[in-house]
Amino acid sequence: MMNEDKEDSLTDASAGVVAVKVDDLTVAYNYKPVLWDIDLEIPEGVLMAIVGPNGAGKSTLIKSILGILNPIAGSVSIYGKSYEKQRALVAYVPQKGSVDWDFPTTALDVVMMGTYGSLGWIKRPGQKEKKLALEALEKVGMLPFKNRQISQLSGGQQQRIFLARALVQDASIYFMDEPFQGVDATTEIAIINILKELRKANKTVIVVHHDLQTVPEYFDWVTFLNVKKIATGPVKDIFNDDNLTKTYGINYKVSIQE
Amino acid sequence: MDITEYIKLVFTDYTLRTITLGTAILGAVTGMLGSFAVLRKQSLLGDAISHAALPGIAIAFLITGAKDSNVLLLGALVSGLIGTFWIRGIIKKTHLKSDTALGLILSLFFGFGMLLLTFIQKQPNANQAGLDKYLFGQAATLVESDVWLMALVTGICLMVLLLFWKEFKILLFDTDYTKTLGFNTKFIDILITTFIVLAIVLGLQTVGVVLMSAMLLAPAAAARQWTNSLGVMVFLAAIFGAFSGVFGTAISASQNNLSTGPVIVIVAGIFVFISFIFSPSRGLLFKQIRFIKNRRDLQLHKTLSFMYHIAETHENISHPHAIKILNNFQGYTKGTLQKLVRKNYVKLDGSMWSLTEEGFNTASNLYNQQTENNE
Repeated sequence: MMNEDKEDSLTDASAGVVAVKVDDLTVAYNYKPVLWDIDLEIPEGVLMAIVGPNGAGKSTLIKSILGILNPIAGSVSIYGKSYEKQRALVAYVPQKGSVDWDFPTTALDVVMMGTYGSLGWIKRPGQKEKKLALEALEKVGMLPFKNRQISQLSGGQQQRIFLARALVQDASIYFMDEPFQGVDATTEIAIINILKELRKANKTVIVVHHDLQTVPEYFDWVTFLNVKKIATGPVKDIFNDDNLTKTYGINYKVSIQE
Repeated sequence: MDITEYIKLVFTDYTLRTITLGTAILGAVTGMLGSFAVLRKQSLLGDAISHAALPGIAIAFLITGAKDSNVLLLGALVSGLIGTFWIRGIIKKTHLKSDTALGLILSLFFGFGMLLLTFIQKQPNANQAGLDKYLFGQAATLVESDVWLMALVTGICLMVLLLFWKEFKILLFDTDYTKTLGFNTKFIDILITTFIVLAIVLGLQTVGVVLMSAMLLAPAAAARQWTNSLGVMVFLAAIFGAFSGVFGTAISASQNNLSTGPVIVIVAGIFVFISFIFSPSRGLLFKQIRFIKNRRDLQLHKTLSFMYHIAETHENISHPHAIKILNNFQGYTKGTLQKLVRKNYVKLDGSMWSLTEEGFNTASNLYNQQTENNE
C-alpha cells in the first residue's frame, strides 16, 4: 500500500489485525446517555489518544470496555473474542485519584498486585512474582522507592507505580486513564518512554488524554469523543481544526491553542 | 475485690474465666475485621449493622417466646444482614450518599427494635425481662457455649482471612482494578461484609447494640497508627481488641462490677488515645517534635546561607563579621551562631564570626533539589 519506510507502522496498523472492536456501545448512568452508539476499531500496535471535553465519556468508554461498568447495549471484543475470555491480554491503569494512597502498603506491594490476575484465586505471589514486580519498578525508575509507604510518594511517583503495576501484567493491550494528569516533567518523560517501548513491542495502548498540544507528538492514532464518536483514525489524517471544533463545540484552532 | 485477688480468680473462678476468655476472643475478632471496615471507609457500617440487629432479637423472641441466646443471635444476624443489604441497595439504586443510607437504616431499624422491645415488655410473659441487656450488653451472662461459638467463628474467620488475604487486600485498595483482573469482587465484598456482620452479632450480648461499633473501630484506628503494613495492622488490631476485652473485664470485675461493655470500650478508647499521641511516625507528639526540630534546622540553615551570600562577595570566605551584620534585623539570635560553631561551620574570634571552609561547602549544597530527589 504505502511504500515509505517511516509509514510502515501505520500501514501495519491499517492493514493488520484489529485489537479492540466496540460495537453499538451505549452507556447511561441515569436517563441521559453518557456514551451513545459508539463503534470503534482500534488496530493492533497503535498508540491511541482518546480526547474530548469533560463529561464526554472518555473514562466511561474505557471502563465499559473493561467491564467495570455495565453498558445498556453494545458489545466489545478483544482480538475477535469476548473480553471475558481475553482478560489476560488487557491491562488497566486507573486514574491516580481513584484510590486512597494512605492505604497501609508499599510501592512494591502495589506493583505485585499486577500479578494477582495470572495467579488466580487464593494462590499467593512468590519469588517469581516479586522478580517481575522489581523489573517493572526498574522500568519506571522507581526501584529505589520499592519499600516506601505509598502515601510518602509524590503524585508523579504514584502514577509511575500504577504504570508499573500494569506493566507487570505483560498484556497486549493497555488502557490508561489520564496517566499524564498532574505529573511533573520527569514522570511525563518516563511515561512517554514506556509508551514508546510498548509500541516497539507491537502493543496497543489506549490513553485518555487532555493535553491537545502533545497529541501529535506522543500518539499516532486518535479518537475524538463527545458522547458520540466524532472521528477515529491516524493523527496525521484526522487531527485537525474541523474535528476539534466538532468535538469541543468551539471554534478550535490547532495552531493557537489556549 | 482488688487486682491481685482478681488475677487469682481468673484462673480459679469458672464464671470469670469464661467472661475474660469471651471478651478477649470477641475483641480479637472485631479488631481484625474492624481493620477492613476502617480501610474501606465504612466505619459507620458497624454502627448501622449493630443497631439493625435489634429488631431481629425482638422478633426472634416474639416467635419462640424463649430467651435462648443462640436463637436471639440468629434473629440479630438475619436482621443485621437485611439492614446491610438494604444500605448497599439504597446507595446503589438512589443518589443518596452512603452516610445518609447508613444513618437512615441505623435509626429506622433501631427505632423499630425499640418499639418491639416496649411492646414485649407490656406482654404478660414472665420471660420478657432482660431483653434490654442487648442494648448495652451484659458480659456476666456469657456461658461456656457462647465462648465456644465465638471461638468457632473467630477460627473460621481467621482461616478465610488467610486464604483470601490477597483478594481482600486488592479489593480494599482498588476495587475497579480487581474487577479487571477477573476476580468476582461482589463475592469478596459479600464475604468481608458477612464476617463483619457475624462478628458484630456475636458481640451484642457482651457489649450491646449501642457500643458495638467502637469494638470494631477503636482497635483498628489505634493499630493504623503504628504500622504501614496491612498484615501488621490487622494483627495489632486483634491484639489491641483482645487486651481491651481482658483489661475491661478485669477493671469491671474488680471495681464493684461496673458494667463490662462500656468499660471495655473505654479501654479500647485509651488504646486509641495513646496511639494517636505516641506512635512514632503518625503520632501527634513526635510529629510536633519533628516540626519544632525542622524549624530550628531551618533557622540554622537560614543564618548559614546568609553568611554564605556575604562570603560570596568577599575574596576570603572566612572574612569575619560582627554579629550585628549577621543578625540582619532578622532576629536570629546568638544561639543559632553558637550552634553553627559547635558544628564547625562557623568560627568565633573575639566578637567576630567567620565562616569556615566546611560551612561554606555545606551552605553551597543546601536545599539543592536535584541531590534531594536522587536519594
